[in-house]
Amino acid sequence: MLALLKRLRLGGRICLAVIAAYFALAVYGEVQYRVAKARDVTPSYNVVHEDARYQPPSAAHWMGTDNLGRDVAQRLVQGSRIAFHVGIMTSLIAIPLGVLLGLLGGYFGGKTDSVVVWLCATVASMPGLLFILAISMVVGQGILGIYLGIGLTTWVGVCRTIRAEVMKHRDRAYVQAARVLGYSPLRIMFRHILPNVAHIILIQFSIRFPGAVATEVFISFLGIGVQGEPSWGIMINNARLRLWQGIWWEMTFVSLAIFTLVLVFNHLADELRDLLDPALRNER
Amino acid sequence: MLRYIARRLLEVIPTTFGILVLTFVLFHVVGGSPALSVLGKNATKESIAAFNHRYGYDKPLLWNLEKGAPLYDSQFCHFVGNLAKGDFGVSTQYDEPVADILKRGVGPSLSLTVPILVGGTLVALALALLCAAFRGGALDRAVLVGSTVLMSVNYVVWVLAGQFFLAFKAGLFPIWGYESAAYLALPVLIGIVSGLGVDVRFFRTAVLDEIYRPYVRTARAKGLSGAAILVKHVLRNSLIPIVTYVSLAIPYLFTGSLMLESFFGIPGLGSVSLNAIHSADMAVVRAVVVLGALLYQVVNLATDLCYALLDPRVRLG
Repeated sequence: MLALLKRLRLGGRICLAVIAAYFALAVYGEVQYRVAKARDVTPSYNVVHEDARYQPPSAAHWMGTDNLGRDVAQRLVQGSRIAFHVGIMTSLIAIPLGVLLGLLGGYFGGKTDSVVVWLCATVASMPGLLFILAISMVVGQGILGIYLGIGLTTWVGVCRTIRAEVMKHRDRAYVQAARVLGYSPLRIMFRHILPNVAHIILIQFSIRFPGAVATEVFISFLGIGVQGEPSWGIMINNARLRLWQGIWWEMTFVSLAIFTLVLVFNHLADELRDLLDPALRNER
Repeated sequence: MLRYIARRLLEVIPTTFGILVLTFVLFHVVGGSPALSVLGKNATKESIAAFNHRYGYDKPLLWNLEKGAPLYDSQFCHFVGNLAKGDFGVSTQYDEPVADILKRGVGPSLSLTVPILVGGTLVALALALLCAAFRGGALDRAVLVGSTVLMSVNYVVWVLAGQFFLAFKAGLFPIWGYESAAYLALPVLIGIVSGLGVDVRFFRTAVLDEIYRPYVRTARAKGLSGAAILVKHVLRNSLIPIVTYVSLAIPYLFTGSLMLESFFGIPGLGSVSLNAIHSADMAVVRAVVVLGALLYQVVNLATDLCYALLDPRVRLG
């Protein structure tokens, strides 16, 4: 990991620093959220201040206040907490699923591979965003629906890249040696091949993360996702109604917050791809 | 060639079956009966039972083992059978056959999505060729950075910003409605710009993949101009991945655009689906999902067969 950090170009390092800053904010937001929950009080970012509605940015409220007098900056911090939840949780669903199926299909080939390919083809046929929305609708509105909707639809990309790479490794000398030593297929897959294709997981994570964040914003914006907590999507939806009256700050800062996080992640994904896998650069 | 076609046709069967099972499990097993969401919290047991009976939600899920009933008298078999007949059930929201709703929505959706796909592809292709012609130069870098920036702007922000700045502030376009071509101009523009980043990056790599091939060097050695090589030789070969990429967007032409349609008041399938999701109208959502997935199969099959026709390496390999 540290060696990788040293090989990153300046742009990549800046991106990493920005992501770390967002992550720190998200952790701060998580603490704030948990503490308020444990004490059973309304967290400060949700407290209504009737006398402080629509305050433009000032020293007291760096990014102004919204229609209920809530501090936009504080709500943005909560938004990044939710963004990280979504990025991490959906990755925890999609990446293990994709890696496992990719390993199985790529290593065993034959019938197992046919099943994996069939699963991939089936899920890939479903109409993307609509399918995610349908899943979160069926599971019930809320963040769980988002996790499942995004997680269960985006493993296909991970699976396909891992499978293709494992196929290249299947007949390499080190795998044959492990086989001659009598190791079980599971051991060969996870102890021998997986470390050699692990860079794909890192690349796929950095590609998936901004996509998951953007999708969450979209779903929550439509009112089907996160409920009651200030997700970035909900904030945009909240801000859009007053944009016409010149209340520009909430919309501007939320859009900027999303844009910056997604941009640095996209750039980091590009750099990681260039760095770790020159052959992969041409994909996508 | 016949063998390839037959093999490819056979491959469609398991995937289609998978799509049907997946949709069925999602909407009928996980989703359960929509009675509660339609009838409300205060529905009586009798009204729920009547509702379930009316829409067939009281039947067994996969197969019917009751005495006297045929084995296929189940929700899944009815679901598949009705699909085959073109019957998508009845919308619980409008109390109207879903097929009629879909028929009404396809036209408006296409009038929005086709110009976006055509316009977006042409603009992205032109930019990609420019990048390839001046590869490594300032223009190339600018387009590349620009694409990454474009694809990082959230889709929601594109729509809201476009509507706010171009329609409301500048008054260049009508804000909302579906009355004439002028009403489509802004949503089409937003659709093109929001998709441009991803497209340009993909097309650029597709073109650059070809540009270092030996035949390009030969063409240059013959004394052909850069532009002629690019358009006549490189573009033709890089069209293979590009056409595949573009063809994958074709199924989505019919299902429309969720955001653009609902925000610009275009009565297409996108806004229909979004309304259906908001009011838990399962039959409509299910129909659009299934149709989208089946269309994807058809388009995929057609693309593959075209390649087999044009490129012997595909059908022999």
